[in-house]
Amino acid sequence: MRGAWTIVGYAFAESLRRRVVVVVFALTLAFLALYALGVHFAFAEVERSEFVFAELVEERALVGGTLLGLAMFAVLFLGAVLVVFLTNGVVRGDAESGLLQPLVVRPVGRGTLLVARYLGAAAAGVAYVLVVYMLAVLITGTLGDWSPDRPLGPGLALALAVAVVAALSVLASVQLAATAQGIAVFMLFGAGLVGGLLGQIGEALGSGTLERIAEVASVALPFEALYQYSLHLLTESTSGLTEVVIRLGPFGGAEDRGAGLVAYALAYVAVVMAVAVALFRRRDL
Amino acid sequence: MPAALRVTELRKRYGGFEALRGVSLEIAPGEVVGLLGPNGAGKSTLAKIAAGLVRPSAGSAEVAGHPAGSAGARAAVGYLAELFRFPAWMGADELLRLHQRLSGSDGGERERAELLELVGLGHAARVRVGEMSKGMQQRLGIAQALVGSPRLLLLDEPTSALDPAGRRVVRELLEGIRERGIAVLLSSHLLGEVERVCDSVAILLAGEVVARGRPAELARPRGVEIETDAGVRVIAGAGREDVPRLVEEAVARGERVYAVRPLQSTLEDAYLEAVGEGQE
Repeated sequence: MRGAWTIVGYAFAESLRRRVVVVVFALTLAFLALYALGVHFAFAEVERSEFVFAELVEERALVGGTLLGLAMFAVLFLGAVLVVFLTNGVVRGDAESGLLQPLVVRPVGRGTLLVARYLGAAAAGVAYVLVVYMLAVLITGTLGDWSPDRPLGPGLALALAVAVVAALSVLASVQLAATAQGIAVFMLFGAGLVGGLLGQIGEALGSGTLERIAEVASVALPFEALYQYSLHLLTESTSGLTEVVIRLGPFGGAEDRGAGLVAYALAYVAVVMAVAVALFRRRDL
Repeated sequence: MPAALRVTELRKRYGGFEALRGVSLEIAPGEVVGLLGPNGAGKSTLAKIAAGLVRPSAGSAEVAGHPAGSAGARAAVGYLAELFRFPAWMGADELLRLHQRLSGSDGGERERAELLELVGLGHAARVRVGEMSKGMQQRLGIAQALVGSPRLLLLDEPTSALDPAGRRVVRELLEGIRERGIAVLLSSHLLGEVERVCDSVAILLAGEVVARGRPAELARPRGVEIETDAGVRVIAGAGREDVPRLVEEAVARGERVYAVRPLQSTLEDAYLEAVGEGQE
């Protein structure tokens, strides 16, 4: 176990010292500043104008929920970028550059090494998502005087989504060179998002085929389903016309997938990592 | 005590290319063995199999009595690859600490300081890898491989990036390692270096051991050169014991003898003979 934690610490330290972290940090600051600006002006507009359906729709919940929902998409994207870069080339890329061999020769074992590398990168990604999401919640609460009833749940679902992306990236790193790995994972990420959009369109059009495609996509790539679940958790307590209006925006795909999805996502990560470890054990370095 | 390394009928195939074709080799505890051969002969593959990085297609490899690649074997081996890299952001001491934790070494700060001193990097404990010259990194690589006092040290071209002074440091280092009772498999193109530090030599060609023995055994007598007023000629097959007779014969022929030299083939001659003149 000591060796495993050493690798987790090594991966985490490496995450913090990579240049990509500075880039992500700068992008995050820019995003949060823009988000704060947007929240400020959106709620200022709410204060100024008289909403026609003010008695039927909770304006602050509508504006705050919509803005935070959009912010969550940005957090998911930035979190995905972070974990893909942190796991970029951890097997084949590092083996080709000679970074991996000195570690693999040690008595830690390949399986432990790979899982520990995953845990290090996923821990960095999860921490990042939770911090940035909570900052977005804080900004919305401070500048817009609106907060979700249960703020932690959506953040945890988003964090799990990023952990799923990290597992897929580690699996890709076993078989693909660093550049190909990055491209492949971002294409999978895009495919998952498109699957979710198809589901929304299918629901609006009443197309069973599109909804089935979305269902298959969410099983194969559950990070999109987790994002939709996090949107659902965000506005779980919203009801009536507010709920109807809010679902016209980015919450169209919000779905209550329940704790079963979380269990499925955790099992999915375990299976993906088991496959990655099996392939890694067979690989000549 | 089991052999530090024992490989038996080892074969490795990469697709259609057979890198090792039935190699058998044994390294005794504390023995320093030089592995010679042209590029593509299978030297790195053999070292990688011993280190557990590559799986053999057939045959067996054991390190200190444990199957290569097993936890027991990995605990007994230190390895420096020909092409290696350490994280640029790590300091020398930090890197050794990482490897101490991974190898389960409880040597602590004392072991780290001793190893850095051994490879001439005592002054560079806090210097980051990214700020080191290639030569310093190579020496740090050797220190890393020695963490945890391995029974077998696998060095694949450890002096390829070093200047003559650096090579000398490594040579002296190998002498020190031998005194510690650590067996070494040293893969190198530098025959002089191997001849000086190795107890025995194995020459690989196209995945097979074509010569094995002590450097002095491989470097056989190859005749006597005699210089007289009639010219210089080499009497092939003659040895040191033939010198008086050859001089007598020359004098009997009325020649004036200026010099007589028994010729000894070098390891380089033995190597070229084993692998063929056309090979590097």
